[in-house]
Amino acid sequence: MFRNLGQLVILFWQTLWSLPLTWRQRRKVFDQLFEIGNASLLMVCVLSLFIGGVLALQTGPVLVERGASSVLGGMIGLAFCKELGPVMMAILIAGRIGSAMAAEIGSMRVYNEIDALRTMNISPIHYLVLPRMVAIAIALPSLVIFAIPVGWLGGAMVSALNGRISIGFEAFFGDLRTMVEVGDVFNGVFKSFVFALAICTISCQQGLITIGGPRGIGRSVTKAVVNSIVGIVILDYILTRTLLYIK
Amino acid sequence: MMNVDARQNVRVEVRGLRKRFGENEVLNGISFNVEPGEIFIIMGPSGSGKSVLLRQIIGLEEPDAGEILIENEPIHSSDVLQKYRMAMVFQSSALLKSLTVGENVGLYLSEHQLKTPEEIDRIVREKLELVGLKGIKDRSTSELSGGMQKRVALARALVIEPQLILYDEPTSELDPFMSVVIAEEILKLRNRIHATSIIVSHDRDLAFGIGDRIAMLSDGKIMQIGTPKEIKESRDPQIQRFIHAELNANSTKP
Ligand SMILES: Nc1ncnc2c1ncn2[C@@H]1O[C@H](COP(=O)(O)OP(=O)(O)O)[C@@H](O)[C@H]1O
Ligand SMILES: [Mg+2]
Repeated sequence: MFRNLGQLVILFWQTLWSLPLTWRQRRKVFDQLFEIGNASLLMVCVLSLFIGGVLALQTGPVLVERGASSVLGGMIGLAFCKELGPVMMAILIAGRIGSAMAAEIGSMRVYNEIDALRTMNISPIHYLVLPRMVAIAIALPSLVIFAIPVGWLGGAMVSALNGRISIGFEAFFGDLRTMVEVGDVFNGVFKSFVFALAICTISCQQGLITIGGPRGIGRSVTKAVVNSIVGIVILDYILTRTLLYIK
Repeated sequence: MMNVDARQNVRVEVRGLRKRFGENEVLNGISFNVEPGEIFIIMGPSGSGKSVLLRQIIGLEEPDAGEILIENEPIHSSDVLQKYRMAMVFQSSALLKSLTVGENVGLYLSEHQLKTPEEIDRIVREKLELVGLKGIKDRSTSELSGGMQKRVALARALVIEPQLILYDEPTSELDPFMSVVIAEEILKLRNRIHATSIIVSHDRDLAFGIGDRIAMLSDGKIMQIGTPKEIKESRDPQIQRFIHAELNANSTKP
């Protein structure tokens, strides 16, 4: 599956090297940003609300039963901002945007559009990968910053409304504030930034190596999404481990 | 970055080119030269590797053996693409579907920031008019017929003012009138900037009308290279069959 790890690294470096050209491609960056925001804002809301809610639903009654209800807010607060928020949003974006990147670039590959670019001495990396990379690296962390309070709100709502938990908003957020620090939020946002780079590199690379007509495009899209998700989960472990040591 | 002397003409040399895809030996030792300003036609049956040959010449694919020299420099050396302006009109047109017609035609100029947006707009209109497509600048490429897309692709290549231009079946989807218009444009480009042209085509009128020399390709080999006159007078039965193929309604009647 990761036979093309080397190619991924090369593509990533080439894109990094072309970063100084971002200003030239700014219009495409804005287009991509708009597309990502447009396609995922509502889903981010719904997803966060329900993940926060289900976290409360699963842990709330257990904690209340054992008299540990005072840690519920902090626990959900930490779990969502450090782990579930960034990982779930990244998976959502891999499915929604990574797939689109692989499909678009794959179709350009199959229908010779990338060849046409190359004959015009236009680098597909500058023209296609760079703007997507910059856009997703801005968009995903922003979405996570937006998702975190929504997830917390979902947890708080279920805690307040569910009869077996019944912890009010004030108690929930009061507890959350004592346990969650700005650094924890930053931790989650940073992870999502790394996930963004991974999603874009994996999806664009799949697109660029697409062969074999429409069916090949389908194959590339599936691979891009599956590999992105696997990549996100593995990177999550590595990052969590590293960030633990740094602290 | 793009310090190009538009006056410099380009000589193409193809030496011992071989290319295979798996078991399929597509090009089997091809050699020929194309002189500066020449219009060189490549003819041959479908599937004989004409498109593959063009892709090698412009450096999109690496050959298995042999080399392509542009002014004595291998096409794959990094600065050849910077030094010379080249263009290719793809068989499938290969217009960028995410862009409008006008953006496609002006792409080279806008991406390399060679002209101001106003100048690009003027040039795009001018080139579109040249290929008989006035006023479709803001249309989406998917609304166009195959023949119209081909002509947009030609306009996109003309904008580059290429020193070397490759055409892959430029008239295959056009009506006879448009084919003549396109043939005239190919000639005009040569006369204006002395561009070297390599044209893959089945179009006998085009080949014999504007070709300086014709290469007949079959089974990955060149059977003969010659002026239109020499090819017409060729004794090779395969060539004769190819260039004289005609529908004879009487012979198929029951
Ligand atoms: N990328 C490729 N992979 C495998 N086979 C290919 C590829 N490109 C072309 N071929 C094969 O090469 C042969 C010649 O193709 P082509 O050059 O397109 O023919 P034509 O002379 O009609 O333009 C065909 O048999 C085609 O199947
Ligand atoms: Mg062909």
